[in-house]
Amino acid sequence: MSTQTQQDIWPDARGRFGEFGGRFVAETLMPLILELESAWDEARNDPEFAAQMDAYMRDYVGRPSALYHAERLSEEFGGAKIWLKRDELNHTGSHKINNCLGQVLLAKRMGKTRIIAETGAGQHGVATATLAARFGLPCVVFMGATDIERQQPNVFRMKLLGAEVVPVTSGTGTLKDAMNEALRDWVTHVDETFYVIGTVAGPHPYPHMVRTFQSVIGREARAQILEREGRLPDACVACIGGGSNAMGLFHAFVPDKNVRLIGVEAAGKGIETGQHAASLKGGAPGVLHGNRTYLLQDEDGQIIDAHSISAGLDYPGIGPEHAHLHDIGRAEYVSATDKEALEMFQLCTKLEGIIPALEPAHALARVADLAAELGKDGLIIMNMCGRGDKDVFAVAGHLGVKI
Amino acid sequence: MSTHPTGAARLAARFAACKAQNEAAFVAYIMGGDPDVKTAQKLLDGLPGAGVDVIELGLPFTDPMADGPAIQAAALRALKAGVRTKNVLAMAAKFRKKDQQTPLIVMGYYNPIHHMGCDAFTKACIEAGVDGAIIVDLPPEEDAPLRAAFDEAGLALIRLATPTTDDQRLPTVVAGTSGFVYYVSVAGITGALVPEADPVARAVTRIRAASGLPVAVGFGVRTSEKAAQIARVADGVVVGSAIVDAMAQKGVEEALNLTQRLSGAVHHARSESTS
Repeated sequence: MSTQTQQDIWPDARGRFGEFGGRFVAETLMPLILELESAWDEARNDPEFAAQMDAYMRDYVGRPSALYHAERLSEEFGGAKIWLKRDELNHTGSHKINNCLGQVLLAKRMGKTRIIAETGAGQHGVATATLAARFGLPCVVFMGATDIERQQPNVFRMKLLGAEVVPVTSGTGTLKDAMNEALRDWVTHVDETFYVIGTVAGPHPYPHMVRTFQSVIGREARAQILEREGRLPDACVACIGGGSNAMGLFHAFVPDKNVRLIGVEAAGKGIETGQHAASLKGGAPGVLHGNRTYLLQDEDGQIIDAHSISAGLDYPGIGPEHAHLHDIGRAEYVSATDKEALEMFQLCTKLEGIIPALEPAHALARVADLAAELGKDGLIIMNMCGRGDKDVFAVAGHLGVKI
Repeated sequence: MSTHPTGAARLAARFAACKAQNEAAFVAYIMGGDPDVKTAQKLLDGLPGAGVDVIELGLPFTDPMADGPAIQAAALRALKAGVRTKNVLAMAAKFRKKDQQTPLIVMGYYNPIHHMGCDAFTKACIEAGVDGAIIVDLPPEEDAPLRAAFDEAGLALIRLATPTTDDQRLPTVVAGTSGFVYYVSVAGITGALVPEADPVARAVTRIRAASGLPVAVGFGVRTSEKAAQIARVADGVVVGSAIVDAMAQKGVEEALNLTQRLSGAVHHARSESTS
């Protein structure tokens, strides 16, 4: 695991990515955040920690994940050659485990004896519960009551793994409320608890830590495409809720100025309807959950509920590094609707025999346009960040099929 | 027009007056606009008569991460009634027209202030006769823009110290603070756990020495008995969730009755303990 690379020019010592990031937490948590930061600094510079990560990544997670030429999708979209980074093949079915592994190993190293996490779609909750089971730590997962309803299979998986799943009914019962509740738990159990945040958000050092653990995606993909194609891609595309799979793919390519980085937010029922989760396209800078970033908010700075068919993208904020990449123009941010995601979910399944999660199905919708735009000589890498097994019941419901 | 001090000085004057009488100050928290502006105004206006020395007026926020169920619910009730930051500041302004002596601070989360802009918020506070603010999710590391504006205006930006604030961190927490220091007596959310008097006494002594400011203690003080215990060791006692609960369940009159009992317990605590 190489953690110090040339492109690590941000975050700065205050945890800022340009104007974004920082540490906006209650005073009770400040000493814990500072303790975590120093433990993280120590761990990421320790070759033993890196070796431990590498071994589990290989033997437990199943890395490296394949880079797969999606011939039939490429043909269907009639343009650029599409490569899928197969992070849905990881143990537990998504990219989330890359980060959970790192954080749970760090928790062990810090002598913490209890793990908590928030989850939206349940993928991060499942990955955290999995590692907690593997390392024998009790685990509590906070999950919005609304999300519990639409992600029953993952709720059962977490329980099988020995985790306690706490339904969160405050607010709107989705991911942001689960995060509030996890913060309330952390502030109440300060000594023994490690809070495993699932995305590149939260107070410093979380955005940096999660990016570092997820950056294995882009490092592998960059080497793989060079090997297969002898050149870098024209674009890297990934869906964005908080943005951890996108940041994981993008990070290694940030210095490659000719590689376009494209994040796809969830447009829900359409950005113009106000029912969406596109923080960059439909939000403004603000402060929530420990960091300054783009947020969906009203004229009084009250947080507006996000909407997406995908519970994993249903969050009113975005990681601060994406906010920065957006503002400096290094990455482009576009969006896809619920309807487009549903279409791509079915198309990818039919043509490639790969059932994508609803989250990366959003990314596929924009890959389709981009492939046409780039033409036959173009090369695109898309992060297939999760598998769609968890979504089968919900999709059936949307298509009016009773299972 | 007024000869009364304002801002941080109004807070200092009240704490000094309480100290002169060998009493702890009684600090009451209510949620602005809960359940609606009209009802909340009645409660607010009745607080000085119920023996409240310092008023904390909550600014409702959709995501109150440091608050327990009582104050979360209060914020949601206010928001549902359409109450926004400007409406709460208008409540303060109305209060201030009638009462120039009781210090009033607002307590809330940073995003609504960030959205308004620190300078605009400061200006609005001055116009409303607000003397200071506690912003829960704005630690010293991040509060420079608001602190600069508040300092210039003579308003108090009150910092929080907690059981996790060790000797190494305490100087950072108290540096540049004014008015008083709010000691969060338990590691947790508002209204959940009950603090023990002995560790609180030790913390108060430590924070007073480091800051040179009065120390008010809150989070988890719900009963007259507990309030009196804390009043014997701290410069101020804060009660929030219990009053907010009384308001929600029984209305303005009962909330003020409870406030009266609590303030009495705080004000008489030291004379009773020595008699």
